[in-house]
Amino acid sequence: MSAALTSTHANASVSAPPTPLVQVHDLSKRFAVRGTRQLLHAVDGVSFAIERGECVGLVGESGCGKSTLVRLLTRLLDPTEGRILFDGSDIGAVPARRFARAPERARIQMVFQDPADSLNPRFTAFDTIAEPLRRLVRVAGAETRRRVEDVADLVGLPRELLGRFPHQLSGGQQQRVGIARAIAVDPTLLVLDEPTSALDVSVQAVILHLLADLRRRLGMTYLFVSHDLNLIRLLSDRVLVMYLGRIVEAGPVDAIFTRPRHPYTRALVSAIPVLDPDGRRARIRLEGEPRSPIDPSPTVCRFHGRCPEGFDRCTREMPQLRPVGPNHVVACHLPDPASA
Amino acid sequence: MIPLLEVDDLSVEFRTRDGIVRALDGVSLTVNRGETVGVVGESGSGKSVTALAILGILHPAARVTSGRAVFGGLDLLTAGEHTLREYRGRELSMIFQNPRTALNPIRPVGRQIEDVLRRHANLGGAQVRPRALELLAQVQIADPARAYHSYPFELSGGMCQRVMIALAVACSPALLIADEPTTGLDVTTQAAILELVEALARRSRMAMILITHDLALAGERCDRIVVMHAGHVVETAPTAELFAAPRHPYTARLIASTPRPGAALADLRPIPGSVPDLRGTLPPCRYHQRCERAIAACDEPPLPRLTVGPAHTVACRVPL
Repeated sequence: MSAALTSTHANASVSAPPTPLVQVHDLSKRFAVRGTRQLLHAVDGVSFAIERGECVGLVGESGCGKSTLVRLLTRLLDPTEGRILFDGSDIGAVPARRFARAPERARIQMVFQDPADSLNPRFTAFDTIAEPLRRLVRVAGAETRRRVEDVADLVGLPRELLGRFPHQLSGGQQQRVGIARAIAVDPTLLVLDEPTSALDVSVQAVILHLLADLRRRLGMTYLFVSHDLNLIRLLSDRVLVMYLGRIVEAGPVDAIFTRPRHPYTRALVSAIPVLDPDGRRARIRLEGEPRSPIDPSPTVCRFHGRCPEGFDRCTREMPQLRPVGPNHVVACHLPDPASA
Repeated sequence: MIPLLEVDDLSVEFRTRDGIVRALDGVSLTVNRGETVGVVGESGSGKSVTALAILGILHPAARVTSGRAVFGGLDLLTAGEHTLREYRGRELSMIFQNPRTALNPIRPVGRQIEDVLRRHANLGGAQVRPRALELLAQVQIADPARAYHSYPFELSGGMCQRVMIALAVACSPALLIADEPTTGLDVTTQAAILELVEALARRSRMAMILITHDLALAGERCDRIVVMHAGHVVETAPTAELFAAPRHPYTARLIASTPRPGAALADLRPIPGSVPDLRGTLPPCRYHQRCERAIAACDEPPLPRLTVGPAHTVACRVPL
């Protein structure tokens, strides 16, 4: 099956126009706060693109809206405003409940955080991997077994484990089943939501190698969501940094790590625990609690109050993304360190 | 110097439907006054069981089969429940991984702090509330008066962990055991929480056992590190020495599998195999099956415990 997968992708890349695989324009999701007329702005005017074959890292702390953004992209939630173009078609306009039958459904797949929670405990590994094949691409009979075994080989899951239930598998094996389920239907975009945060470091290393290898062999595009910058750095070409519903910085992975421009990104990078004592840098402390995402002021920077460098302009005008380098944008009023 | 806590040859078994699980086997570690000791290892290595055994709060299916845990002249493993109750909270304290489940969900957090103060600090009446507010301020909660009346679900994960810390340090214990205190929290919150605990520890010369699966985190925060694998302590060393020159093959593998800045994915090497099944008869070295340095003699008991430097021990026949 790996040959079949590779050839489909090769054809797609020859015939497809050189537009980004995913284009998100001014996407917002607001939730009503129960018992009030207030709105929680989970995702607020977000725009970005994901190129074909790229791995984009999405980083931000809990509550920043990364999960909502992922659920909008995978069309489990309907956006309040904005457009989501996937390979040129406007999937944002298809209601979430109808998307299950949309042709794009099989092309966007997801690997979840905790394999123990995201696998059906009553399904064997075989049934778990076969489910999307049966439902999304209507594979049946002997063909099912052949494709399940092929994909099991691809993710390094021994075939004799296919008859086992999740509780009879180790954490690493469970996550292999989760990955096999996601790639069984030959997706173009794979969304990885904290795929290793429930695993031990030794197993994490195995899964990261597997993901990098699969991307190379199958030519998939990845959106890698994590709060762990160390992991984002290992797999991603480009990083989006999210803070309270907005993208505050986006750029090539090296630039984000070596020359982070937004004060929030700098704090994030400085907070990563570092093994080598020589590699440690001064930690930037963030004081105070984040601003509330409920009816936030449209003219105040979301990071204001926690920002160590905020000044009066930050309370009068919401900073917009502006270019600061090749492919590198930041939403901050602070002047460039070079020109200052 | 007499250590504050000396755990010696601690073994713990669990009776399960599928047989006896030998969760800890001959675990020894010491903690000096004011020192922070990291306990690291993969899940199933026995980190938490060690902590629970020290506090005498093991699951009823567990049985301590050998060893001592001497704290201030008292063996905690043979002390009666009545004595232990006096020690817990006042002398020994623990913070848990998931603060939201460790806190009482239907009692305002201020009340929970007061409960601890009444029970363990012999405070009463009008003294309790000001002290509870003071503790909330001490753990850097912005608006202590408001937090006092909050239920855990109304607070963020980071705030709940601050409340847990306030509970744990309420009576200025001599030893704090922190079991994965920041797992599941954001990196920025994680750094803030650990800095807070460190500051509190420094102020009252409180010793700490930091249990974590994150080697880099332990490296930043601990004076010494104890590496556990499958219920054995495989190596103990001062932090800098452990990272510069690990002697146990498992420690070296653990370091090589931890992501670090400047290293690419290709530099990240997984550890072969997995933690062995701890039921039935086990070889003297429980890392044998995963070890690339193993020799025939590794199958012969007992597991050697070599001293390879000041405060540096390794349980291996063929150390690096």
